[in-house]
Amino acid sequence: MGSQGGGEAETVLRLSNITKRFGPLTANDSVSFELKRGEVIALLGENGAGKTTLMNILFGHYVADEGTVEAFGRALPPGEPNAALAAGIGMVHQHFTLADQMTVLENIALGTQTLFAPRFDRGRALARIEELSRDFGLEVRASALVSDLSVGERQRVEILKALYRDARVLILDEPTAVLTPLETEALFATLKKLVATGLSIIFISHKLNEVMAVSDRVLVLRSGRISGERRTADTDRGELAALMVGETIREPEVVEHSPGDTVIELAGVSTVGRAGGAPLEAIDLALREGEITGLAGVSGNGQAALAALIAGTLKPESGTIRIRGEAVRDWSARTALAHRIGRIPEDRHATGMIGDMSVTENVISEAYRSPRFSRMGFLDWKAAETFAEAIIRDYDVKCPSPNARVRLLSGGNMQKLILGRAFDGEPQVILANQPTRGLDVGAVAYVHTKLLEARNRGAAILLISEDLDEVLALADRIVVISKGRLSPPSKRGELSVREIGERMAGHGFVEEAPDAA
Amino acid sequence: MEAFDILLTTSFWVAAIRIASPLIFATMGELICERAGVLNLGIEGIMTAGAFAGWITVYAGGDLWLGVAVAALTGVAFGLLHGFLTVPLGLSQHVTGIGITLLATSLTYYTYRVSLPEVTSPPKIEPFQPFAIPGLSEIPLIGPALFNQTPLTYLAYVTVALVAWVLYRTPVGLAVRAVGENPSAVEAQGISVTAMRMGAVAAGSALMAVGGAFLTMSAFNSFFFEMINGRGWICIALVVFGSWRPGKALIGAILFAAFDAYQVRLQQVTGGVIPYQIFLMLPYVLSILALIVVARRATYPKALMVPYQKGER
Repeated sequence: MGSQGGGEAETVLRLSNITKRFGPLTANDSVSFELKRGEVIALLGENGAGKTTLMNILFGHYVADEGTVEAFGRALPPGEPNAALAAGIGMVHQHFTLADQMTVLENIALGTQTLFAPRFDRGRALARIEELSRDFGLEVRASALVSDLSVGERQRVEILKALYRDARVLILDEPTAVLTPLETEALFATLKKLVATGLSIIFISHKLNEVMAVSDRVLVLRSGRISGERRTADTDRGELAALMVGETIREPEVVEHSPGDTVIELAGVSTVGRAGGAPLEAIDLALREGEITGLAGVSGNGQAALAALIAGTLKPESGTIRIRGEAVRDWSARTALAHRIGRIPEDRHATGMIGDMSVTENVISEAYRSPRFSRMGFLDWKAAETFAEAIIRDYDVKCPSPNARVRLLSGGNMQKLILGRAFDGEPQVILANQPTRGLDVGAVAYVHTKLLEARNRGAAILLISEDLDEVLALADRIVVISKGRLSPPSKRGELSVREIGERMAGHGFVEEAPDAA
Repeated sequence: MEAFDILLTTSFWVAAIRIASPLIFATMGELICERAGVLNLGIEGIMTAGAFAGWITVYAGGDLWLGVAVAALTGVAFGLLHGFLTVPLGLSQHVTGIGITLLATSLTYYTYRVSLPEVTSPPKIEPFQPFAIPGLSEIPLIGPALFNQTPLTYLAYVTVALVAWVLYRTPVGLAVRAVGENPSAVEAQGISVTAMRMGAVAAGSALMAVGGAFLTMSAFNSFFFEMINGRGWICIALVVFGSWRPGKALIGAILFAAFDAYQVRLQQVTGGVIPYQIFLMLPYVLSILALIVVARRATYPKALMVPYQKGER
């Protein structure tokens, strides 16, 4: 595609010397590139490399400090999403921009009709949405409320939003992060159809295999700079990985070993609904010494409830929690800690750390009542600081001092602090909920190494991750969660990615006959 | 049985609709603000300011409808202030709202004192007069209640229909609802979140002020201190009661007004056996109970009270 064949294809988009700073951080450093008609560019880079910032500038959400954006030969005024939309640029954000309590049709047609028209023309909108969804295989019910849709369907709504406005350039920001393998295949099929009609696509990702599968050309972004540009046909994963990371980082090796006794067991546990995901329905799960149990699933299927349960912040509605064979009655965060359950929470900013408190205050937040850090009701700051310094040293946390606000730390360093706190006192159970989300490759490898070390010394680990590759790489056995139910565990390597994907979509669960696949 | 007979008298229903009218205006106003994601606790003060602005316009020789317009503009002014503080500056909507109420109320009393220094008993104006709609007003019981009222009450009916139409049937209404659900969705579609929210708060505040003006220009004929007397707070509750929907909020307003009209009449029936304060309390107790039953399942605008800052990370 692209510039193949005889004549040069039309340039639809040109970014010149884009620079954007956030305080001391330079998110984009003099980035330039061009996009041709009917071309798929992959923008590859680690988390924090500046991909999303660049696209937000292109779309007018941020204003660049330097540089210009040209669409179809004309300069785009900075900071005006409206101008980008009018120029035919559509963006599917990583975090969807949909109003949940409104219908699909309302979300798509929002802002497309004259604002002060006396009547909203529903019929016209409906006809056009139906036509688009038929043409491009974007099936979705126009009258459904967005809150009733699956994540995959929501993404289709986002793509329809762009197409409805006659987008000629489509930006997809990490579109596969939330999809099951099957949904990803369907998305790629849709993208092919779109490109065939002359649409140009910018595909943002940090997953090499996807980039190789969909793009014509790859731009690699590292620390805000373009570190390389390759035609997809002329490169391979190895070269791209090197360009992306800048150095070779080795993932730890998993050495087989057999698990020990069951440490914590959930028997027939159900929870009541809570915001942000499905409740659990009579699940059975046993975590054993020296074993990583990987939980795969599309987010919102009960992972939050299961994590809260293990962490002790949610009580079971029915069923029993046993620790080393003994039922625990009064399940709470405090009992969980007392039973030496180490917790790596899903969102380190919201629940993991208190941003405006110091490193020291944060690392003792789970143990401040213990005699180690308090005497007769008074905190022993000296002991606390010594502990903080030990974590900083042992886990190689880059921070100015134990008194530094945690907010100022990078994601990777914050996660190292959390590891230090969670692994203190050799926990017998470790809950690792999205432990590497948003981290760069080096930090990911570090977290994986620490988790494997803990497993090798005998900790029972529950690894919850939306990144299926991570689960496949680390877990000794895999359990799939779908609509609050758990599949029976399967050993490492027993199921193919496709089979796991089907289970994530809710097929092949207990008592059901296995789907013919 | 006397207590029940009250419900069958025309005068009871006439009173109920009259009491409901200012609540309907102000509730619709608050509903618009909240649908756009901005809680407006300035309502009590804005109603006070509207009540005074409308009345003083007429007292100074202006036409009644000019008074309504001046009241609405006064509301717009306070609405823009509230909007400016809470939308572009993103300040706490609670604190700002209470500040607006204190400011508007005090400013009104001050202006009243300054413009009428010598007055001991409140001066009167010639208010709106009931206007019987031919035909409709002759229906037994509900005819006179609904269709023998002042023009401002008819305007209240029209307001409900208009608000419902705009919110659910027009592009701008769609944008207002969306900005209260998810401002980034609105921004991503190329509409200014700031403009939508500011506009909604200004329009909503205008309705609140007209609600206040109803008291001085239609229900009574003069302005006195403390005359809003918590009606604004009731409207906040009515919006929740109505699950942020104009039709349900209208029913809530009429229901509350009916309780209020009923308790006054019940006081006379029981003839002093029960202390009258119990009856005064009745509408409020009932609205708390109604809130508990109705509002627990309500789906509120998701972005209500969440300030939106563009390009924040």
